[in-house]
Amino acid sequence: MLDVFTITLPISGVPINVLLLVLLGVAVGVLGGFFGMGGAWMVTPALNIFGFPMPFAVGTDLCHMAGKSIISTRRHAKFGNVDAKLGLTMLAFDVVGIEIGARLVMFLERVGLAGPVIRWVYVVFLFLIGALVFYDYFKKRALDREGGTAQGGESAVRWHVTLHRINLPPIISFPVAQVRCSMWLPAMVGLLVGMLAGFLGIGGGLLMMPALVYLIGCPTYVAVGTDLFTVMLSGFYGAFTYGLKGRVELLAVIFMLLGAAPGAQIGTIATKYVRGYGIRLMFGLTVVCAMISVMLKQLGFTTPASWFVMGGVSAMTLIVVVGMVRGAARELRARRQAVV
Amino acid sequence: MVAPEFVKFFTKGEPMKPASRAHRVTSTLVLLFFLLVRLSPALCAAAAPDEGKLVHVADTRHLTGFSLFIANLYNTDRLLFTIFAVGLTAALGLVLGLLMDGIVAAIGLDLGRRRVRE
Repeated sequence: MLDVFTITLPISGVPINVLLLVLLGVAVGVLGGFFGMGGAWMVTPALNIFGFPMPFAVGTDLCHMAGKSIISTRRHAKFGNVDAKLGLTMLAFDVVGIEIGARLVMFLERVGLAGPVIRWVYVVFLFLIGALVFYDYFKKRALDREGGTAQGGESAVRWHVTLHRINLPPIISFPVAQVRCSMWLPAMVGLLVGMLAGFLGIGGGLLMMPALVYLIGCPTYVAVGTDLFTVMLSGFYGAFTYGLKGRVELLAVIFMLLGAAPGAQIGTIATKYVRGYGIRLMFGLTVVCAMISVMLKQLGFTTPASWFVMGGVSAMTLIVVVGMVRGAARELRARRQAVV
Repeated sequence: MVAPEFVKFFTKGEPMKPASRAHRVTSTLVLLFFLLVRLSPALCAAAAPDEGKLVHVADTRHLTGFSLFIANLYNTDRLLFTIFAVGLTAALGLVLGLLMDGIVAAIGLDLGRRRVRE
């Protein structure tokens, strides 16, 4: 019955169900908006699992993510969570990194190794991010139990305190993030994130948000907005360079954006109602889901990989949507009572 | 020091004032922006050397409508396809964002204020 929605994409020639693309867009929009990133790290593996050649998955993902970031960034800018000065400092080096990563993908495609190499890099990368998030979460819980020093939402991992001692000029203040450090710290973070972004097709949010929190010392809510702002601009550069290389499937981008638009709004609004350290645990679980699905795909289990990636991402989406609906209903009820 | 004639021409005879720091930074950024715009297609196209480059051609035989338009654009002019793709993505993101803002406002949710508990 759902075969009616199956189309052949014009550039890559991949047959795909449109509903799957829209659903993926919704899920990635919700989780991306909620966790404060493009959510592209879920899209590249998913598109590859659905049959896209890896360079097309990377290029299409970057392009879709750039459009979606506009939606999320506008929302976060209204909340006042964006440190534009910090974002632009990182962006200058981010685009250089993206170009380096993109050239590496094209080289791997020529030698026929793009798929496996990128998939294994994904597995290692997702494992490291997941491990860091879980380590931070459980360390914070242990500190809380012992009545330790980590206060409120302050991160238990405090590498930024050491990194802020680097006195290489120019030293810059970032007022929204309330950070004062050497310009080279965000610059190097931008370059590294850009390289991985161009190589893996991610906007950089998956790396940039932890980097902003753990290495630069931003409060999480500023990290979320600033990250989206940088991802939006660097995503457009990524879309441009992959477009020129002929690895963007525009029709898939449009369908995913149609799903991502309402999804990103829901996810971003949900951060107003669903808060606390538990967000980081959910983020860690989503990363683990994505990692397992990529491993399954690499090992040849494509169908289980599809179910795993869509199942995991959909479950997390549902949790966020339920939290948002309950919070919004509470707010509307309180406002109605205040009027009465 | 006497200013050269061409400087006098541009400064209406008055000695040229030293540029402020903000002015110098702005000029440098504008220059860099134009250089980036001018050079980026060439830089990106140079990503892979022509030798051994994998050329992908879209199969237009079974396509119709918008899909056919995209595939033809892709096959004939890659730069125009790229500009179209990036422009369409940006426009779609903006339009959908505005549309969703309208829907959220119509529901009556206040997204302008929030308490930060961190």
